[in-house]
Amino acid sequence: MSDLLAIARSQVLAPVGLTDGDLDHLIGALHSPAIDAADVYFQHSRLQSWILEDGIIKDGGFNIEQGAGLRAISGEKTGFAYSDELAMQALGQAANAARAIARGGHAGRVQIGAQLPQLALYAPMNPIESLPDTEKVALLHRVDDEARKMDPRVTQVITSLVAVQDTMLVISDDGLMSADVRPLIRLSVSVVVEANGRRERASSGGGARLGLDYLLAEDRALGFAREAVRQALVNLEADDAPAGRMTVVLGPGWPGVLLHEAVGHGLEGDFNRKGTSAFAGRIGERVAAPGVTVVDDGTLEGRRGSLNVDDEGNPTQCTTLIEDGILVGYMQDRLNARLMGTSPTGNGRRESYAHLPMPRMTNTYMRAGTHDPEEIIASVERGLYAVNFGGGQVDITSGKFTFSASEAYLIEGGRIGRPVKGATLIGNGPDVLTRVSMIGNDLQLDTGVGTCGKEGQSVPVGVGQPTLRVDGLTVGGTHA
Amino acid sequence: MTDRHPAAIADSQHARLERLQQTVDELLGEARRKGASAAEAVVSNSTGLEVGIRLGEVETVEHTRDHGLGITVYFGHRKGSASTSDLSPAAVRDAVAQACTIATHTQEDPCNGLAPAELMADAVPDLDLNHPWAISVDDAIRLAILCEEAARATDPRITNSEGASLTTHAGLQIYGNSNGFIGGYPSTRHSLSCAVVADDGNGMQRDYWWSSARAAEDLEAAAAVGRRAAERAVVRLGGRSIATCKVPVLYQAMLAAGLLRHLAAAISGDNIYRKTSFLLERLGKPILPAGFTLREEPHKPRGLASAPFDSDGVATRSQAFVDDGVLTRWSLGHYAACRLGLQSTGNAGGLRNMQVPLGEHDRDAMLRLLGTGLYVTDLMGQGVNGVTGDYSRGASGFWVEDGVIQYPVEEITIASNLKDMYANLVAIGNDCDFPGSTTTGSWLIEEMTVAGD
Repeated sequence: MSDLLAIARSQVLAPVGLTDGDLDHLIGALHSPAIDAADVYFQHSRLQSWILEDGIIKDGGFNIEQGAGLRAISGEKTGFAYSDELAMQALGQAANAARAIARGGHAGRVQIGAQLPQLALYAPMNPIESLPDTEKVALLHRVDDEARKMDPRVTQVITSLVAVQDTMLVISDDGLMSADVRPLIRLSVSVVVEANGRRERASSGGGARLGLDYLLAEDRALGFAREAVRQALVNLEADDAPAGRMTVVLGPGWPGVLLHEAVGHGLEGDFNRKGTSAFAGRIGERVAAPGVTVVDDGTLEGRRGSLNVDDEGNPTQCTTLIEDGILVGYMQDRLNARLMGTSPTGNGRRESYAHLPMPRMTNTYMRAGTHDPEEIIASVERGLYAVNFGGGQVDITSGKFTFSASEAYLIEGGRIGRPVKGATLIGNGPDVLTRVSMIGNDLQLDTGVGTCGKEGQSVPVGVGQPTLRVDGLTVGGTHA
Repeated sequence: MTDRHPAAIADSQHARLERLQQTVDELLGEARRKGASAAEAVVSNSTGLEVGIRLGEVETVEHTRDHGLGITVYFGHRKGSASTSDLSPAAVRDAVAQACTIATHTQEDPCNGLAPAELMADAVPDLDLNHPWAISVDDAIRLAILCEEAARATDPRITNSEGASLTTHAGLQIYGNSNGFIGGYPSTRHSLSCAVVADDGNGMQRDYWWSSARAAEDLEAAAAVGRRAAERAVVRLGGRSIATCKVPVLYQAMLAAGLLRHLAAAISGDNIYRKTSFLLERLGKPILPAGFTLREEPHKPRGLASAPFDSDGVATRSQAFVDDGVLTRWSLGHYAACRLGLQSTGNAGGLRNMQVPLGEHDRDAMLRLLGTGLYVTDLMGQGVNGVTGDYSRGASGFWVEDGVIQYPVEEITIASNLKDMYANLVAIGNDCDFPGSTTTGSWLIEEMTVAGD
């Protein structure tokens, strides 16, 4: 896909007059005999957002970010500098600051030429221009109308639409140049419902690396409005959640945030190289029940967490993390792969040119099992059925993780019973998946809303799973 | 690595301030030329150094250099915004044009617009926020190594490290609007942090500590930061779950500050006019025990959250939000104030330097007051519903019996409703021992549900 490189050159380099000779010079300036690896990352991103509140288009914004990050690595040491001025003088200063990490040595010469074959998981389009502004605001009004007409108890609707085109171009000291043009869209709907003096809020939404027509197709946008209202009305009727350890059935799709927190972060290469993860040194050991297979797959077409190449220019791939319950792999960027004597897995990601790459997840999910979801519910005498979640968090060293349910029901006598209020669930990453006793045949991925934070850097990710029965998770309700 | 930190820009900070003011003028002028009836702009730049070391060796040296501008235009009561990291004249014109395009599609909201001119800060007091630190990369590395060495020497069970870091940032920010207000000031922030791993052969525990200040001389000693990180990690070893129960809960001061942040969110005008606060009908009523006071002190010298004016340009002021237990005012920026038919309280951007007077009891006395229950020293995850006040979070800490710590506890949750937690606050300690902009001691809550085994 050399057209990606051509687009990236025209969007990032041409407007500021940077030539291939300049790039050769920069990467050469970073390089020296004491440097093991170096790269220059250029980025140009445009974001447009719209917000509807109180039935009117209340605000909108446009953001343009551009800059370059220059990195030089010597052993385990990384020197890094960035500039939002794409002039050779500023970039040269940044290169000198970055390469100061390794003392001595003369600047080397690097000839940029080769490029890797690239994936084409999404079109290199600009989603901001995929729909006229008038139609974007019309879409928000339709979503608002849909939510309000669903139920008279709806008192507040806030809807937002964001479209981003993020273009990157990275040159590494081995002469490789890669580029990617990444569209990303997201629609979010938040509603408040009120009855008998009680109020509840719920939200829904979705997105993809596609044009905005994705939201128009198959009634998707209106579907998010209906889903937000449905969840809010359920919570209006919810009783206090139970407290204590119990069997929990997790619904398919977004509840896969369990995997992201419980095992995903703990399997990122940096924590394992440093030995600070509860999973460190456990490759080949059983960390999950038989039948549990978890992958991180950056190659799913159009998904929020997918990338044609990661931010170090490596193609993404489908990396198996846990196979039939056995820990088989970690997620790696270049630095950690080199230091651990293994290969990068296309998981080197960064929030922007102003941040250093590190191993990050893409789309993390569990493969489907054989059980019918109804059969899984029916197998539980008393427990919790949790189908929607807010976010989660993990302490990768102790392995403890939380994730917070926003829609849940009691299971009584094998049937879904009364709704209960949101509650935080807590467990231990290295053993929670050993308690998975049934895996559904209904694998779903989330709708495209996930954002993962690590060391202050946010990146878009996806999660997914089939319906799961977990025998013994602590549910943090108030009803002891 | 002998190059000086770029924040050593004792160069003419004044000249840079003038350049940024000029950019604000250009933005406002361009907005006027495009036909905007009003506009406001913010322009900033900052430089910094971030050094990370691990196990005694340099891991990262980052030089940071950021610019940013933001413009909001108003055509009557229609609004549009744009921002960019590019401060060139072409980018200024582009940003204003983009904001104006957005404003052709947004709709009339009578509350959209600038705050009243008479509320603007008429003078920008010097809050002593600017103390650039011309530390060299080598010296920064030495301090970070000292910090981690102290952590690793604290206890033989400290077996691994996530490292220590030193960061220093110096920035300038200017806000101006078409009411004629323009104000800006330089500020600095430096911090030192350390995270280490303890291992007793049965499992690992990680914890961290940090210090953050406007002036380098106000930072805690590097070795003290390291030791505190190590002590916090070691005491977590051997943690276990406990049986589900309802008991009193003592929040360590740093976590009590989190309960204040939930309170600040619940009294913020945006959540009031949207009716998304659990304190909606409580203005003028008691929400905390008699004697409880919450103030903000936005002009505190060297305060980490100090600011002479808010993000609308409105003068900030020292004021109480909770007085003798009674909720006395909402926290309002101009827009929310207009929606509620009130006047801005200078809180666009939130509360600054929250202060709760310290109580009489030190930590041991607070543990005795707790008696038998849970002393919480770490919280995880979200689990706070701002609309209903429902509260459920992952926790770790210590099981306490008769005022004496028994053993570390982990893999539990604590749950209640914030309305009840505030109303049933039993005592506040004098043990304010954490860095940051908020001042409070530990909080003893009468009863919460602890979920465990």
